[in-house]
Amino acid sequence: MLRHDLLVVGAGGAGLRAALAAARSGVDVAILSKVHPLRSHTGAAEGGINAAFSEQDSWENHAYDTVRESDWLADQDAVEVLTREGPDAVYELDHMGAIFSRGPDGRFLLRPFGPEGIPRTVFAGDTTGHVVLQTLYQQVLKDRLRVYEEWLVLDLILEDGFCAGVLAYEIPTGTVHAVAARAVILATGGAGRLYASTTNAFICTGDGMAIALRNGIPLKDMEMVQFHPTTLPGSGILITEGARAEGGYLLNARGERFMGRYAPRMMEQAGRDVVCRAEQTEVDEGRGVNGCVLLDLRHLGEAKIMSRLAHTRELCVTFAGVDPVHEPVPVRPGAHYFMGGIHTDLVGRTTIPGLYAVGECACVSVHGANRLGGNSLLELLVFGRRVGENAAEFARNQKGVEISEARVRDAERELARIVSRSDGERWAALRDILGNTMSREMGIFRTGEGMRQCLAVIKELQERYKRVRLDDRGRVYNYDLVSAIELGFMLDVAEAVVVSGLARQESRGAHYRRDYPKRDDDNWLRHTVVHRDPLGNLHLDYLPVRITRWLPAARVY
Amino acid sequence: MLVTLRVRRFNPETDLEPRFQEYTVDVPEHFTVLDALITIRERIDGTLAFRYSCRMAICGACGMRINGLAGLACKTALRSALNDGTVTLEPMGNMPVAKDLVVNMEPFWHHLRTVRPYIEPHPARIGPQNEYRISPELVDELSEVVRCIMCGACFSDCTVDEIDINFLGPAALARAGWLVRDPRDSRAADRLRELSKPHGIWDCTRCFFCVQVCPKDVKPMEQILRLRRLAVEAGITDNNGARHTQAFVDSVKETGWLDEFTLVPKSWGWNPVALLPELPTAVRMLVRKRAPSPVHPRQPGVDEVRNLFEKTERKRSVKDDA
Ligand SMILES: Cc1cc2nc3c(=O)[nH]c(=O)nc-3n(C[C@H](O)[C@H](O)[C@H](O)COP(=O)(O)OP(=O)(O)OC[C@H]3O[C@@H](n4cnc5c(N)ncnc54)[C@H](O)[C@@H]3O)c2cc1C
Ligand code: SF4
Ligand code: SF4
Ligand code: FES
Repeated sequence: MLRHDLLVVGAGGAGLRAALAAARSGVDVAILSKVHPLRSHTGAAEGGINAAFSEQDSWENHAYDTVRESDWLADQDAVEVLTREGPDAVYELDHMGAIFSRGPDGRFLLRPFGPEGIPRTVFAGDTTGHVVLQTLYQQVLKDRLRVYEEWLVLDLILEDGFCAGVLAYEIPTGTVHAVAARAVILATGGAGRLYASTTNAFICTGDGMAIALRNGIPLKDMEMVQFHPTTLPGSGILITEGARAEGGYLLNARGERFMGRYAPRMMEQAGRDVVCRAEQTEVDEGRGVNGCVLLDLRHLGEAKIMSRLAHTRELCVTFAGVDPVHEPVPVRPGAHYFMGGIHTDLVGRTTIPGLYAVGECACVSVHGANRLGGNSLLELLVFGRRVGENAAEFARNQKGVEISEARVRDAERELARIVSRSDGERWAALRDILGNTMSREMGIFRTGEGMRQCLAVIKELQERYKRVRLDDRGRVYNYDLVSAIELGFMLDVAEAVVVSGLARQESRGAHYRRDYPKRDDDNWLRHTVVHRDPLGNLHLDYLPVRITRWLPAARVY
Repeated sequence: MLVTLRVRRFNPETDLEPRFQEYTVDVPEHFTVLDALITIRERIDGTLAFRYSCRMAICGACGMRINGLAGLACKTALRSALNDGTVTLEPMGNMPVAKDLVVNMEPFWHHLRTVRPYIEPHPARIGPQNEYRISPELVDELSEVVRCIMCGACFSDCTVDEIDINFLGPAALARAGWLVRDPRDSRAADRLRELSKPHGIWDCTRCFFCVQVCPKDVKPMEQILRLRRLAVEAGITDNNGARHTQAFVDSVKETGWLDEFTLVPKSWGWNPVALLPELPTAVRMLVRKRAPSPVHPRQPGVDEVRNLFEKTERKRSVKDDA
């Protein structure tokens, strides 16, 4: 049986940072990822990383902006860790070899942030995530860490209440393995693919969240799904926030900068949730252009577009057939980021000893109800390291538990059952229904009625899922099977999202209910925690928000 | 729009030989090659295997040969790839096929690891408290290489890797070209020496394929040529490639044209043991009257040629200083 001190599931920014930290504190680490590390979704991040680098700034400023943007749902002690350790985490990446954009003095060039224009966001052109991911992967090569590439983790192995390893499906050969460990870190990323229109890669299917849920481990604030205001119609490809930070305008069909009516002070730079709702309202009230609004960059000029937004321009030209130097780009909101995730404490511990979570699949609660753009990459670096070190420490003091090979045989039998089914529906058909329903009912505007319908659809899809049929019966690179397994994860995560959202009878950040349009601090300034019992029923609990300094106030733009 | 995708398929569990399969699908005009492939696997034939993830030309997963040339399926508009309504899709070259359009990229990753693709700061040097100072000009230059997404397209179509899989190949060499110039790295000279060995920078034949197919405009060949120049400038000329280039330059500079007779010995060094293997070729050339003449007179106008050389050399050194 394969055995390591520590397993890291996921090779995006969070997983790689955690693995490096753990390996450098001296334990034997292995990484498992369903795609080659460089194919992870972190590479797609464009805009940048926030931290209080400049003299004009301070971690308190950054923390306050984060808390306000979270609509006061973020835990302030976690935000303090994030923002205090921010600059060092980025310097560390620079020392590892990251190439970030520089100013004439050779120091980081910082993008201005917010209405005060404090320079706070470090970036690498508009391919920041690519640079982060490449840099971390280079370090993984340097440290010669073991990577199980194209291994899809199916489940956790829990023994005597401890996390003792994982079950994984080796995609190239179709073999199921049990991999034993003294500790496991889940860093499996987000679940944007629950929605029909999303900025996320095809692999963002919420696997880690679903695996946690199925093992009775609580998820937190799952109703908080961020939509991004500028995505291309059809493909959902993201046009970075940087485009507006550099001075881009949003126009409606009449050519008005409509944000003036919704956020007179911050205009296009208002919170993502606010801009999304404004766009949707313009479209719903008949001032859209084929379901979109227009992002106008022309006044920035070709030179600035080429030096700061070259990749963005390439995306517009390739995927929308529009050159932003000469024409405005049609954009609309798309599902982007899961603020919620596996409930953890400040060092990534879950409720199961030996199981940790970090990155987008986790919820240490630095984003609350609405994430500040540029804070996620920072979270990967800051918490990736903390969680890696902490899990390594735990693993060092832990005796390995024996795990039984029976789990492998059970999993193989289960997969064989799916593969051998000769009639039934295709997974793609069910996934389309899920995506469309989620986009309609769990999107930017929600209602109790709509969410109830959505839940009914998900329940029905879960039943139909039991009869999904595959075309591919082979063992080698059976992506048909991989996609079917992923759909199973997606359905379980979707249920948690809707159940959490239905219960929250207020509007806060990304969770906006037409039937409860106001924020309600008296009743709802608290975290939603959802867990599944062994019978498969979901239960809700609530946790207080940790407020250390900044008392809730209205969020005005 | 009705299109036909001709896909080279191979399933190691059932097929002895690869075969082509045609799929005709009705898809919207704006679809990419990847969109069409996804339509097939979701609606028509779930056994078709290919890799993809980001669908936005940044993860490097979807490399394949499209009408014979390597590229990204997600970055290629279907319309632009059609010949008489058909596009032909094959797995990338120079790597073993695992299934259908999925290749085993280990040869590519192996070469990447060989060039030690990470910063190696001097162990005794203490870095700054904050970030290293790097000029924005250098950042711009390096960014050209940094943006490589390791898709393997260049490696797939490299004509040298096709005959010698040990050649480090365009992507790994380009990446090395970044590290050699990175002020945070301490191994520039060692790196140049390692890269000048056989299978390194001097093995590229400058066929230009890597530049042509690279979806991120990394221009690997130009990075390789830059590395050659840096190696020569660093005095690392004790190898066939550098000597070959120098012999070329010397001959043209001195006589106005290429002295083919001495080119081989000058490149390989005047070393009888090293030259021995070339003897049969020389004899065959003599027999077929293809051997160059040992007499190599100066051409008229050679002064002008020399003048040109001196001018460009001066220009280049000014540019390098800047
Ligand atoms: C288009 C886009 C742009 C963005 N821009 C920014 C930005 O500018 N700034 C910012 O701060 N944030 C940005 N974000 C958000 C940020 O990029 C992500 O939240 C972050 O990269 C997530 O990193 P991660 O390491 O948690 O997960 P990912 O990078 O998604 O990695 C997940 C890993 O888990 C593996 N995995 C998943 N499931 C399994 C399984 N079952 N078995 C094995 N392995 C598995 C995957 O293979 C992958 O390696 C952006 C997001 C998007 C979509
Ligand atoms: S130019 Fe050189 S590296 Fe590029 S494909 Fe040709 S031989 Fe290979
Ligand atoms: S150099 Fe270009 S073609 Fe080669 S791996 Fe990098 S991005 Fe792909
Ligand atoms: S799918 Fe990521 S590069 Fe094509």
